[in-house]
Amino acid sequence: MDIHEYQAKEVLSNFGVKIPAGALAYSPEQAAYRAREMGGEKWIVKAQVHAGGRGKAGGVKLCDNDQEIQSACEEMFGQKLVTHQTGPEGKGIYRVYVEAAVPIDREIYLGFVLDRSSQRIMIVASAEGGMEIEEISEKRPESIVRSTVEPAVGLRDFQAREIAFDLGIEPALTQAMVRTLQGCYRAFRELDATMVEINPLVITHDNRVLALDAKMTFDDNALFRHPQISELRDKSQEDPRESRAADRGLSYVGLDGNIGCIVNGAGLAMATMDTIKLAGGEPANFLDIGGGATPERVAKAFRLVMSDKNVQAVLVNIFAGINRCDWVAEGVVQALKEVQVDVPVIVRLAGTNVEEGQKILAKSGLPIIRATTLMEAAERSVSAWKSDNPSNVEAV
Amino acid sequence: MSIYLNRETRVIVQGITGRMAQFHTKDMIEYGTNVVGGVVPGKGGETVHGVPVFDTVKEAVEATQANASLVFVPPPFAADSIMEAADAGIRYCVCITDGIPAHDMIQVKRYMMRYPRDRRMVLTGPNCAGTISPGKAMLGIMPGHIFLPGNVGIVGRSGTLGYEAAAQLKERGIGVSTSVGIGGDPINGSSFRDILEQFENDDETHVIAMIGEIGGPQEAEAAAYIQNHITKPVVAYVAGLTAPKGRTMGHAGAIISAFGESASEKVEILTAAGVTVAENPAVIGETIASVM
Repeated sequence: MDIHEYQAKEVLSNFGVKIPAGALAYSPEQAAYRAREMGGEKWIVKAQVHAGGRGKAGGVKLCDNDQEIQSACEEMFGQKLVTHQTGPEGKGIYRVYVEAAVPIDREIYLGFVLDRSSQRIMIVASAEGGMEIEEISEKRPESIVRSTVEPAVGLRDFQAREIAFDLGIEPALTQAMVRTLQGCYRAFRELDATMVEINPLVITHDNRVLALDAKMTFDDNALFRHPQISELRDKSQEDPRESRAADRGLSYVGLDGNIGCIVNGAGLAMATMDTIKLAGGEPANFLDIGGGATPERVAKAFRLVMSDKNVQAVLVNIFAGINRCDWVAEGVVQALKEVQVDVPVIVRLAGTNVEEGQKILAKSGLPIIRATTLMEAAERSVSAWKSDNPSNVEAV
Repeated sequence: MSIYLNRETRVIVQGITGRMAQFHTKDMIEYGTNVVGGVVPGKGGETVHGVPVFDTVKEAVEATQANASLVFVPPPFAADSIMEAADAGIRYCVCITDGIPAHDMIQVKRYMMRYPRDRRMVLTGPNCAGTISPGKAMLGIMPGHIFLPGNVGIVGRSGTLGYEAAAQLKERGIGVSTSVGIGGDPINGSSFRDILEQFENDDETHVIAMIGEIGGPQEAEAAAYIQNHITKPVVAYVAGLTAPKGRTMGHAGAIISAFGESASEKVEILTAAGVTVAENPAVIGETIASVM
């Protein structure tokens, strides 16, 4: 789960990380009022969306006075911010964060990640802050400092000092840097984060170490023990189909194609999408309905897939192991009677009792296109979609 | 020989009184697995499908000489159960549980390192379908009948995609020595490399099939290992060619976040290491047959 910049800053400041003065606003007027309240001479207005690259996309504006703050906000509120991370549909701006501008001497990149190679928490830092880490590793790979944390003892101060020295932080600021690193580590560890990124972490003219931006991602599997973090979820930043699926216990990712997929198991779901592509089609979604393909879950899955208006055919691919094919077939038939599906439906069942399953589908009287192998299922889906939509095919 | 699991393996089920665990315990016993007990704190003295339930893994090991364990414990308590098994002297543990926090798995991995190599438990999973040595024993939730006994060693992240591969082999009359699920989580007990090493040293395994997916460095690490240490033919399939970057595809670990983690990059790395890559999931069986 992702959270907003202002939320991440609040979380991190509770662990001792220093941040500039700032306040949240839900309207241009409130933003100007907040800035006056805060004092100072220059302010940064920042669109709060769950994506990086906001600056280049016009989501971050430097303002000198009330007027400028108001007009910067008016341009942002209610708009969709499109950055290189949001996709073409962008993310809605419903909150802005107003922050007192600080005079900057140096910008540092600081990231904490779950490193899958060492299977430990890894700190990644670079003296080349401001750029994204991908860009740093391309242009200045030698500037990157890495350090992994031994889980039994946590981040040691000497490690934090080593990082500070490697980044060329002046000795007088070592303690402030250690406090920042320890604060991030404790927040990461205690709140079950999977990513903390401060880019940039700045050193100001008056020698303060401040987090100018902050991003945090949390482990969905651990939210049960962090109710205060769960509350920070902002559904306006999620694909509505994906939130709806998540609320129903289904795992769904929306894509741009037009062949909807209903599959049991994440690996088989990805493999089914790949096969559709190889057969000349484009998958509309990833959908894993889980191990037990019960009639209720199949019906929910059909409703979800059909809520995507681009879907022009639906491929159901179920490998029934413990749940026999005859039982799954009955579920599919029942779901198709409940949910109105006006596009071709292709069903491929494999595994236990496959013949009985096929018989049930055949006897149902429903216009189900049956397939035995995965390739056949993908090919039939693509040709059913094509014959159903000749005009679209020509356009493609 | 098969790896990790055979007729003699003495199995306990942690969390045996749960509905799912009871169902699969019955299935495993019917398959011929030597299930000797179960563990549920506070339910010691009960029996499930004729096997005794103990309060702790230590008691279960003392009473039954169990050497393998299957963990069916809910996510908040699963890491603790795995550590309990490691401490009690269990040698091989399969964890089925999906949804264990990643930080808990970091602790588990570190904890297992406390024990010297000759006493250290091997963990496969979590978030996997389990391990089966066809015709001998099954430690997991897979449908046993889709696996024929034979000489192909299978290792994969995904349950149902692994079944798909096994079913394609069965159709061709090709059998399996052992099939191991390493699970779809970002931090897991054993990697592809660990299992490849076991298969290389197993006389019964002649060909190795590796079923990977997007996300993480383990396929690339396996490729380097194959190039330098594996003499047996390896066939691979990598799922997720159409998966977009930065999105989690069902499995917590199936997310492309760095270079080398996309399916096409993994295919390239494996191919360069001499692995025969099946270009689509429908031809996994055919591709394995072609190298036998």
